[in-house]
Amino acid sequence: MSDFPKPDELLSNIDRTPPQTDWMDTPVNIRKGMYCYAANPKSVAYTHLPFPHQWNPMDEDWKLPENWKEILHEGFKVRLERFRSFKLFMDICVRCGACADKCHFFIGTGDPKNMPVLRAELLRSIYRNDFTAAGKILGRLAGARPLTVEVLKELWYYFFQCTECRRCSIFCPYGIDTAEITMMARELFNLIGLNIDWIATPVANCYRTGNHLGIQPHAFKDMLDFFVDDLEEITGVRVEPNFNKKGADILFITPSGDVFADPGTYTCMGYLLLFHYLKEVYGLDVTWSTYASEGGNFGSFTSHEMMKRLNSKMYAEAKRLGVKWILGGECGHMWRVINQYMDTMNGPADFLEEPVSPITGTKFENAKSTKMVHLSEFTADLIKHGKLNLDPSRNDNLILTYHDSCNPSRGMGMFDEPRYVIQSVANNFYEMPPNTIREQTFCCGSGSGLNAGENMELRLTGGLPRANAVKHVHDKYGVNMLATICAIDRAALPTLMDYWVPGVGVTGVTEMVANALILPGERERTTNLRGEPLPGMEDE
Amino acid sequence: MNLKYMYSLLAVIVLFLLAYLGVEAAGLELLFGIVIPYVAVVAFIAGVVYRVMGWARSAVPFPIPSTCGQQKSLPWIKPNKFDNPFTPGAVVVRMILEVCCFRSLFRNTRNSIQEGSKLAFQLEIWLWLGALAFHYAFLTVIVRHLRLFTEPVPAMIKMVETVDSFFRLEVLSDVVRIGVPGIYISGLVLLAAVTFLFIRRIVIPHVKYISLPADFFPLFLIFGIAFTGILMRYFSKVNIRAAKELALGLVSFHPTIPQGIGPVFYVHLFFVCILLAYFPFSKLMHMGGVFLSPTRNLPCNTRAVRHVNPWNYPVEVHTYEEYEEEFREKMIEAGLPVEKE
Repeated sequence: MSDFPKPDELLSNIDRTPPQTDWMDTPVNIRKGMYCYAANPKSVAYTHLPFPHQWNPMDEDWKLPENWKEILHEGFKVRLERFRSFKLFMDICVRCGACADKCHFFIGTGDPKNMPVLRAELLRSIYRNDFTAAGKILGRLAGARPLTVEVLKELWYYFFQCTECRRCSIFCPYGIDTAEITMMARELFNLIGLNIDWIATPVANCYRTGNHLGIQPHAFKDMLDFFVDDLEEITGVRVEPNFNKKGADILFITPSGDVFADPGTYTCMGYLLLFHYLKEVYGLDVTWSTYASEGGNFGSFTSHEMMKRLNSKMYAEAKRLGVKWILGGECGHMWRVINQYMDTMNGPADFLEEPVSPITGTKFENAKSTKMVHLSEFTADLIKHGKLNLDPSRNDNLILTYHDSCNPSRGMGMFDEPRYVIQSVANNFYEMPPNTIREQTFCCGSGSGLNAGENMELRLTGGLPRANAVKHVHDKYGVNMLATICAIDRAALPTLMDYWVPGVGVTGVTEMVANALILPGERERTTNLRGEPLPGMEDE
Repeated sequence: MNLKYMYSLLAVIVLFLLAYLGVEAAGLELLFGIVIPYVAVVAFIAGVVYRVMGWARSAVPFPIPSTCGQQKSLPWIKPNKFDNPFTPGAVVVRMILEVCCFRSLFRNTRNSIQEGSKLAFQLEIWLWLGALAFHYAFLTVIVRHLRLFTEPVPAMIKMVETVDSFFRLEVLSDVVRIGVPGIYISGLVLLAAVTFLFIRRIVIPHVKYISLPADFFPLFLIFGIAFTGILMRYFSKVNIRAAKELALGLVSFHPTIPQGIGPVFYVHLFFVCILLAYFPFSKLMHMGGVFLSPTRNLPCNTRAVRHVNPWNYPVEVHTYEEYEEEFREKMIEAGLPVEKE
C-alpha cells in the first residue's frame, strides 16, 4: 500500500480514452495489484476438482494440461446446452454500449476491457470462432478469434475482474447478465485448474469444516462464547446460544466472516442479543450449527456444481436437527444462492414447514417453498408488530446511510425491509444519490471472491463509485456510518472507506438493532457493542 | 478502426452494383425479382426457426431474473410489481414494457467525473429515443408495405398508411415532385434514426471501440433500403402498379416479371432480400432472443415456487456423518452434541 497512489492521484489517473489499437490487438498486461494469487493445489485437490497444480499468473508458462483447448471447447459446448442464458447471451448482444459505463471496474479503471460488453466479447469471440458459421467462415471480420494461451490469460485476468454484481444487466435491453457469463468463464477455468486461491481455499475449508474460514466446531463455539463474555460485560446479561440443537424452532445460518473479523463480529453479537431477547420474551428457540456454519457460498464463484455441493449442508442440517424452517443472516451472494438456486439444487425442502413467525403469526408467503427467511424480513416484521423494545437514541451518535448489497438487490429485490429496520432503530439516516442505491447500487468492488489482499488496487478502483457516493453524503450530511447486510461488505468496505472517505465506519444492520434493543434485566448500558461510549455517556 | 465500417460499406456498395448492373446490364430480372426473394424468404424463415429452436433446446436450469425493484415480501411493504414481477401475469407486463418500450434502456445514464473528484450520473435518453424511433419507424414501414402484398388492402394497413402519410407538402417543380403522394414520416424517421445510430458508433469513443463490422453492415444495408425506397417514391418514380403486380405474384406463387419497374426497385428489393437472409445469422436475432432472456422472462417468486432443473444431477457432498467422524472428539470436549458418543 505504501507505493499506492493517493486518492486524488488515482482519480486523476483514470483515463477512459480507448487505446489506439483494436482490442483484439491489445495484448493483456497482467499487472500486480489487479489479480489474485493462483489456487493452492491442495485446496483444489481436496474438493476433487480437476488439474490441481502449482502455477503463477505472472509466469509465461501456466503449466496447462496438454489438451487444454479440447477441454475448454468441450466444456463450452456442454454449457451452451445446459444454460440457455449462456447461449443467448453469446448470441444476441448488439453492442449498443448502454452497459459500458455501468461497471464499477470500468468507472474506476477506465480499462475498456472492463466494460461489460467488452468483457463478454472476450469470450464471445471464442464462441464465434468455435461454434458459429459466420465466425468459422469470416473469422475476425465476424468478430471471431481463436483461443490461444495469450487469449486464455486475457480471459482469466478480466473474468477475475468482475464481481458478478449484475449492475450492467439491469441496463441491458436484452437482460444480458455479465454475472452469468463470468460464472461460465470461471467454470471453464476450473476445468483446467485455474481458480484463484481466495476462492479455492475457502471452498475447501467450507467443504471440510462447514465454513470458509476453516473454523472447526469447537473453535466455532469458542468464538461465539467469546462474544457472549463481551456481551455480558456490555449488558450485564449472559446470553446462551444453542449449537447443533435438535428440535429447535429455527436454524440460523450466517456467513462465518461475521464470526471472525471486525466489524462483522459486532453484527454477530447483534444476532446473539436478538435471539436471546426472542428466547427470553417469546420463548423462541434458535439454534446455530457448526456443520452448516457458513451462509456464504464461494462454491458459486467456482461452478454451479460446487455451489450445490456446499449449499447442500443447509437443508441437510435443517433436516437432521428437525427444525421448522431456516433463518438466514446478513450476507450478499448467500442470498442470491438461497433466493435463486437453493430450492432448485437441493430442494424440495418438504421436511420443513412453511415459514411462519411464531411471535407475530406472519406467514412468509414469499419463502413458502424454499423455507428460508432473511433476517431483515424477520426483524422488520417483528418491529412492525411492536415486538421489540427499542431505544433508537442509543444510536444517536451515528449518522447512517445504507449500502444496498448487489445480490440482495438485483438477485432478490430486498430494499425496503432493511431500510425500515434501520429507521426504526436509529434516528439519523440519509440516502445516497438515487443512481447509486437500490437496484442501481454499486458493488463494494470486492465481491465474488475478489476480497483478497494482493489485488488491493483492483478493489480500491472498483470501489470508487460506491465510496464516491458515500463521500457525497459524508460531506453533505456528516454521515459517519455505512450500514449494510453483506459480510463481504463488512470485510471490504472499511478498507475502502479508510482510503476514499476516512471517518466513515461500517456496520451490519443487526448491530444497530442490538444497540437499540432493551433486554429484559439488562443494566444501564454505557457503551455500544463496540465498547464505544453511548451518546451522553462519554464521561462514564 | 475505420476498416471496420469500410468493409461493411464496401459490401453494401458491391451489393448495390450487383443488383443494379444485374438488372440494367445483364437483364437478370428473373433472378433478382423472383429467385432471390424466394431464396431469401426461405433462408429467413428456416434460419429464424433454426436459431430459436437452438435456444429453446438449451435448458433453463435456474430461475435467474434480474430484480429491478422491491420484492414481494411482507404484506405492508409495497412491491414493485413489474420490475420485480411475482406472478406470470406481471412477467407478461414486464416483457411488454421491455419489448415495446425498451424499459431497461430507458434506465440508461451517462457517468462522468466532474470537478476532478465527483462521479456524476446524467440521464441519457438519446440511445433509448433513437432505438425507439428506429424500431417503430421500421415496423411502420413494414406494415404499410403489406399493401403491396394484399388485394384488397385490409383497412388496418390502409389506416397505418393514411396516418403515416398524414403530412403533405406540395413542392412541384420539374425535378422534385413531392406532395402528390403524401410524405411517409416513417421512411424519413427510419433514415434519420439509422444515421444517428451510425454516427454514435463512430463518434462515441467507447462505442466505436466495441463496434464490429457486423454492427455497421446492417446499418448501411437498412440505410440503403430506406434510401432507395425514398428515391423511388419521391424522385425517380417507380411504377407502383408493376411493383404490386410483382409482389402479388410472389405471394400467390404465380410469379411474374412486369415490364418497366426500373433498376432502383430491384436494388431496393435485393437489399431487403439480403437483410432477410442475413437476419438469422446475425445480431439482428436479438428480436427473437429478447423474448427468451431468462433474466427478464421468469417470475421473481423463486422462493415461493420451486423451479425444476432438467439436468439436476447428484453431486458429491460432505455429509454430517463424515464431518462428525473427523471432529467428534473435539466436539465432545467442547460440549457440542454428537450423534454417536
